[in-house]
Amino acid sequence: MAARSPLQLFWRRFRKDKVALSALVFIALLILVAIFAPVIRSVVGIPDPGERSTDALDAFGLPLGPTAAHPFGVDDIGRDILARVLDGARLSLTVAFIGTGLSVLIGVTAGMIAGFYRGWVDTVIARVIDVLLAFPVLLLGLGLASACSTKEGCLGGALQPGRTIVIFIIVLSTSPYVARIIRGQVLSLREKEFVEAARSLGAGNMRIIFREILPNLVAPIIVYASLFIPANILLEASLSFLGVGVRDQPSWGQMLADATGKVDSAWWFMFFPGMALLLTVLAFNLVGDGMQDALNPKGNKQR
Amino acid sequence: MSVSASEATGANPVAREKIMEVEGLFKHFPIHAGFFRRQVGAVKAVDGVSFDVLRGETLGLVGESGCGKSTTARLLLRLMEPTDGSIKFEGREIAGVKGNELKALRREMQMIFQDPYSSLNPRKTVGSIISDPFAIHGMHKDAGERKKAVQELMDIVGLNPEHYNRYPHEFSGGQRQRIGVARALALRPKVIVADEPVSALDVSIQAQVLNLLRDLQRELGLTLIFIAHDLSVVRHMCDRVAVMYLGRIVELATSDQLYSHPRMPYTGALMSAVPVADPRLAAAKKRQVLVGDVPSPTNPPPGCRFHTRCWKAQEVCRNEDPPLVAKDGGNLAACHFPLSDAEVLERVPSARNVNG
Ligand SMILES: Nc1ncnc2c1ncn2[C@@H]1O[C@H](COP(=O)(O)OP(=O)(O)OP(=O)(O)O)[C@@H](O)[C@H]1O
Ligand code: SF4
Ligand SMILES: [Mg+2]
Repeated sequence: MAARSPLQLFWRRFRKDKVALSALVFIALLILVAIFAPVIRSVVGIPDPGERSTDALDAFGLPLGPTAAHPFGVDDIGRDILARVLDGARLSLTVAFIGTGLSVLIGVTAGMIAGFYRGWVDTVIARVIDVLLAFPVLLLGLGLASACSTKEGCLGGALQPGRTIVIFIIVLSTSPYVARIIRGQVLSLREKEFVEAARSLGAGNMRIIFREILPNLVAPIIVYASLFIPANILLEASLSFLGVGVRDQPSWGQMLADATGKVDSAWWFMFFPGMALLLTVLAFNLVGDGMQDALNPKGNKQR
Repeated sequence: MSVSASEATGANPVAREKIMEVEGLFKHFPIHAGFFRRQVGAVKAVDGVSFDVLRGETLGLVGESGCGKSTTARLLLRLMEPTDGSIKFEGREIAGVKGNELKALRREMQMIFQDPYSSLNPRKTVGSIISDPFAIHGMHKDAGERKKAVQELMDIVGLNPEHYNRYPHEFSGGQRQRIGVARALALRPKVIVADEPVSALDVSIQAQVLNLLRDLQRELGLTLIFIAHDLSVVRHMCDRVAVMYLGRIVELATSDQLYSHPRMPYTGALMSAVPVADPRLAAAKKRQVLVGDVPSPTNPPPGCRFHTRCWKAQEVCRNEDPPLVAKDGGNLAACHFPLSDAEVLERVPSARNVNG
């Protein structure tokens, strides 16, 4: 008979949530779109995101709305909005995924060390978390962007303007949350009798951390990551909106920034990147909620 | 004169070799308070405990919640460092051993935990839980051999070996406790400490698990330290019983001695709580019920620790700490005014000599 692992049970419950499941399908499609953006462009027959199509501007140099050649219209210098939205998905997803991934890595490590070893290590890590959580992230981003906007970047060249700074800021603001959550979980897990049982069998700290505690953190890590990703997509958009983010590649936030002030004359300018951002964040949040419900269903207490 | 005295001598276990010797064991958990986290006191969870464990016996450790039973067990198994005291295993001092020596010691002593839910990692299959001891100690390195060893253990404790790949949540409480027993047996330890192994289980399945433990203890010649919070379970299982109160052992006797003539009023009170088969007999007794709360282990009462709740307490009980010494009938008891046989007869309905 097939074993019903906790993961299988989780999937079975998640599958019942049709909304979350549709959102998951949407995300899967979005990832495909991001990966194959160049292919999609050539199939649909639209120009590259940077290419200026002068023929799409009217006699006064004003952009035209959605047409067959440019389904989402063009912007004020004739760049195809669909092409830019597709490319923006690439940027949003890579930055959010890499940023969240690094945050999880750092946060889990720090939280695990603090929660498991306690004592002064925990005190130090907990204080650092408090300090980082008190940082005004957007202001920090603006400061860093201007400080590191030279070619050499800052921190000895480790922080280059553009994508690296955005990821750095994401990690700086997300990893303390992860660390705090994980620390709390580890503090309670380490008191479980199965940890004591492992110790009484002769297991050392490393074995207890990796074989007893970590497997119990996988589910919460996945759930929290799925909730941090949309938050970080928004953060990336905000940073780009403020001009901190990536300049050499289209991003939704930057497109929104460019569109402010032109909403009356060219609605498609703001509408399409705005919708892309909204739907993406919504889909991730729905999946995150669905995962959380599947993990802690009512009336089925997690022990 | 009393039936019990002769019975007790006869019931003394044959001079068995000591496998563990515990001497003056203390565990104080410091309490910190205030801005500078200064130590303001200590929970005296185990406060001067001495006893021997005989090879092959089942020794009961009984007392109300919070009296220090689990702490004592953890100290014996070196899951916690004692504040003071000596623990000897087969004549060797183990209170300070570390590293590889400690790891080797782990093979000799194992624990069965109270909570069959929290003691099994929910993310691991039963096979991997039971084979953990092998992995940790590098035994049965060959995968097939390891699986066979695990399935043998599952069979011994009455689990279906086919269920090797299942997860703990697929088992009932009783079955989970069997998984814990199999894990504890894997290293073929000499001593097993069972910390209230059935108190979290349905009454209907408690007996099955108890019988399993007793049978295993006999078949494998194990030394079993059996912890419980009430005397009814212990009677069925143990050769000798130590009664704990507020971090101390207050009475230590063979099961027969204890059940026929408890000497310490606290033991008498615990036994009064044991249900009696004949209600008329029970009603005829002055049931001695425990009144009041257990005093805080942070600040135990001076003199005899039980004096705040003892119906026999006198002035001397409040001032002088009674030593644990042999009383009438052979029980070791820490009491200035031990129960007489007449008092036992009158107050402890479940005592055996009422039937004789
Ligand atoms: N790690 C700890 N830190 C501080 N105090 C503790 C710790 N472990 C136990 N204690 C305290 O020590 C006392 C004895 O606890 P212990 O768990 O040994 O009791 P017990 O007899 O096993 O009780 P129970 O029947 O409830 O399991 C209690 O007052 C408890 O609160
Ligand atoms: S010493 Fe005194 S108070 Fe303590 S149990 Fe005996 S009679 Fe009671
Ligand atoms: Mg206990």
